[in-house]
Amino acid sequence: MISIQADDFDPNAEYQALRQSGPDTGAIATFTGLVRISGDHSGVTGLFLEHYPGMTEAVIQQLIDQASERWNILTARVIHRIGPLPLGDQIVFVGIASRHRGDAFAACEFIMDALKTSAPFWKKEINQEGEHWVEQKTSDLERSESW
Amino acid sequence: MTEALSDTFTVRFFARLREELGVEEMTLKAEPGLTTGRVLEQLASRGGPWSQLKNGQPVMIAVNQAMAKEATAVNAGDELAFFPPVTGG
Repeated sequence: MISIQADDFDPNAEYQALRQSGPDTGAIATFTGLVRISGDHSGVTGLFLEHYPGMTEAVIQQLIDQASERWNILTARVIHRIGPLPLGDQIVFVGIASRHRGDAFAACEFIMDALKTSAPFWKKEINQEGEHWVEQKTSDLERSESW
Repeated sequence: MTEALSDTFTVRFFARLREELGVEEMTLKAEPGLTTGRVLEQLASRGGPWSQLKNGQPVMIAVNQAMAKEATAVNAGDELAFFPPVTGG
C-alpha cells in the first residue's frame, strides 16, 4: 500500500493493518518521520512538500519490490505527506510486516533510506524571512548507497 | 493536428528549477538521435537562468517517470523531467 496524501495519518491504524498480514506474521517494524527544526536556517515554522505525481508512486513501488527480493516481506505500507506541514507534524511512514524481525528491520530501513534519495519529493523550508528549498544531504546519499 | 503532436515530447520542471526557470512544462520537437543530455545543452544555451542546467547545481533526469541519464534516448511522445536532487522523507 502506497499513499501520497495531504492529510495526516494514524500510525496505530497502520500498525493494525500490518497485523492483518496472515498467521505467519511474527514481526512488524515501523518508522515515522516528523517535521523538525533543521540546522540550515533559523526560525523555521514548517515545510512545504512538492512531489512528481505518478513517478513518486512508481519509485516507491520499485523500492518495495527491491526490498521484497532481498528480504522476506509479508506486507509493506508507505505513506508520504505533501503540501504545507508545520513543525512536529508527521511527514512519512514506513511499515513492514514479516515472519522475523531481521527482515522487518532491514526492509523498513532500506525503504526509508532509499526513498530519501530516489523518490521525487522536494522540501521547501518556511521561516519568517521567506522560504528556501532544502539541499540534499551527503549523509543521506551515503546511507542510501550503503545498501 | 495528430501529425503535429506526434513528433514532439514534453519537458517538465519541478521545485527550485521550476521556480527559477519560471516554466512548469514545455513542448519541444523530437529529432533523430536526441538524448536527455543534448536537450539539457540546448536549453542551457538559452542563457540566463537556463545556464544552470549545465553549469549549476546537479540536475536529476527522468524519462517517462523513471530515473534516466544524460545518454538516455529521447523519442517523440516522451515525458522528460528535470529536477533538483530529491529531499523527501
